[in-house]
Amino acid sequence: MAKVTFNEDRCKGCGLCVTACPKKIVQLSNRMNSKGYHPAEITNQEACIGCASCAIMCPDTVITVQMK
Amino acid sequence: MDFKKTKGLTDAPLHYCPGCTHGIIHRLVAESLEELGVLDRTVGVASVGCSVFTYNYFNCDMVQAAHGRAPAVATGIKRARPDDIVFTYQGDGDLAAIGTAETVHSAARNENITIIFVNNAIYGMTGGQMAPTTLPNQITQTSPYGRDVTVVGYPVKVCEMLSQVDGASYVERVAVNNVKNIMKAKKAIKKAFQNQIEGKGFSLVEVLSTCPTNWGKSPADAIKWLDENMATYYPLGVYKDKEATKND
Amino acid sequence: MAEKILMKGNEALAEAAITAGCRHYFGYPITPQTEVAAYMAKRMPKIGGTFLQAESEVAAINMVLGAAAAGVRSMTSSSSPGISLKSEGISYMAGCEVPALIVNVERGGPGLGGIQPSQSDYFQATKGGGHGDYHLIVLAPASVQEMYSLTIKGFELADNYRVPTMILTDGTIGQMMEPVSLDAVEVKQFDKPWAACGQRGRDHRNIINSLSLSPEELEQWNLNRYARYKVIEEKEPMYEEYMMDDAEICIVAFGIAARVSKNAIVEARKKGLKVGMIRPITLWPFPTKALKAAAEKCKAFISVELSMGQMIDDVKLAIECKKPVYLCNRTGGVIVSSNEVVAKIEEVSKM
Repeated sequence: MAKVTFNEDRCKGCGLCVTACPKKIVQLSNRMNSKGYHPAEITNQEACIGCASCAIMCPDTVITVQMK
Repeated sequence: MDFKKTKGLTDAPLHYCPGCTHGIIHRLVAESLEELGVLDRTVGVASVGCSVFTYNYFNCDMVQAAHGRAPAVATGIKRARPDDIVFTYQGDGDLAAIGTAETVHSAARNENITIIFVNNAIYGMTGGQMAPTTLPNQITQTSPYGRDVTVVGYPVKVCEMLSQVDGASYVERVAVNNVKNIMKAKKAIKKAFQNQIEGKGFSLVEVLSTCPTNWGKSPADAIKWLDENMATYYPLGVYKDKEATKND
Repeated sequence: MAEKILMKGNEALAEAAITAGCRHYFGYPITPQTEVAAYMAKRMPKIGGTFLQAESEVAAINMVLGAAAAGVRSMTSSSSPGISLKSEGISYMAGCEVPALIVNVERGGPGLGGIQPSQSDYFQATKGGGHGDYHLIVLAPASVQEMYSLTIKGFELADNYRVPTMILTDGTIGQMMEPVSLDAVEVKQFDKPWAACGQRGRDHRNIINSLSLSPEELEQWNLNRYARYKVIEEKEPMYEEYMMDDAEICIVAFGIAARVSKNAIVEARKKGLKVGMIRPITLWPFPTKALKAAAEKCKAFISVELSMGQMIDDVKLAIECKKPVYLCNRTGGVIVSSNEVVAKIEEVSKM
């Protein structure tokens, strides 16, 4: 079980985390952050296996992963 | 696994384009320095290119160098302060065009420094011109009909070239196009710093990277282009490792 | 009693750098200063210092930038074409306020030029050979003893003000041999809390940088530096006056041209001509006050130079064109003879 948090204002909506996630539970939201990007978000925290692939792929250190 | 931002990076948001792999490589360098416990005695040398502002991002003392000159500046710092960990962070124009002499000779001298070479086959900062590492037929602002090798010659393969320099100790090419490769890239970068800590001499890691903006692709498509084109032209792997050959 | 050693100018300069505490020399061979590199190659390893023959003059100046940014006394030496190569690095050092010593043993130019002495890099040295608003402190030795003493002074000035300093000399002074007193002098050292040498518990990072994309910030950086230049202009001009008490004609000359001019003045005085000399020792800051004072008494000035006339502009500016200024010059590596200077003095005295 893992908790994944997104520092939304650092996100540039590049989508690399979306591709990297093996469980396909990351997507770009419809919200807009202060920079005008659609920040990434996790769609299903329960299904997260804590592999941190999203965080590893992210160029902007948006993502924090905490194993519970 | 737990994952949080390394202390090797400041809190400054990165100015790079969305999906630019500079951010990943910055993080790998910063994590390596923190994990090796040397951040406090590190001096980084910023170069000229998209990464000109690394002095805002790496959480250590920094010196800005002129275009191509970072290995010479690093040589000066390292000779003045041999106990410091000194690294350069350079793009393909900086390292393989104007800086060719400084690159080759710091390798020839086996300077005990670490060079991080970001190869994205294009000049990013100035708007997408041809680089020494631009692929044949690749379209750029200054090769608008595709790189014509009959007119401008072939790309420069830095790792292959430096593997022929007797002085160089460790030369490896990696990529950051997927999670598996990022982990391998981190290992190589950490090793390049570990070598310096142990006084093993010149270490260079070439990192194949994307430039979505100037390649005219989305970040995901840029990764695909790297997979299909760059990784075949610039094969990943270890090109020189004095330690490994010593133990043979 | 001071013991004196017969030394070549280039070697006295190198030895002085070591006395000043410089342990990092980065250079490249070029006539007529290669002796500096050769001397350092022999001396530095014996005292635990660094001698590095770089791959080019460009690489060498950038190595100096790195070492100086890390807080140590560092130097390079070259000659005219090599200084052109270093111009980019010098501009960077001026911009990021990193102190070091740069030696130019001038030769004929422009281009590949010749290997004989000249003074035709005066503009390059004093008006900024590199781009942007900046000054170097420029010192002009006229003897082997001054090659020694001004090199030590150069390091002190550079560190005190965080301004790169140039020793502007020429092939004659570099190659000539004269007795030098190597008496122990107290060399001033300066703390460098700004150096990029690893944080090691310091509560802030040190960044050595000349880039700013904010025009207001970049302007302020320039203003701050020029405030320091103003202090240098007030406190640091150095010059020598020779027979100026009753002089009606004032020769202005530096380096080897000053030595030739001294002989010419002796000859001219025998002919009853009241001529003296102001010899700038700092070319930047130029000894403006001394020249202004001389303009009150003298009726004419003669700038004696080994160039097509570069310092003459600064003489005219310093005296605000109050009196006529004439040029007595040779260039291309030809050294002006004292007969030629005497002839010029005679010509000017009749005007």
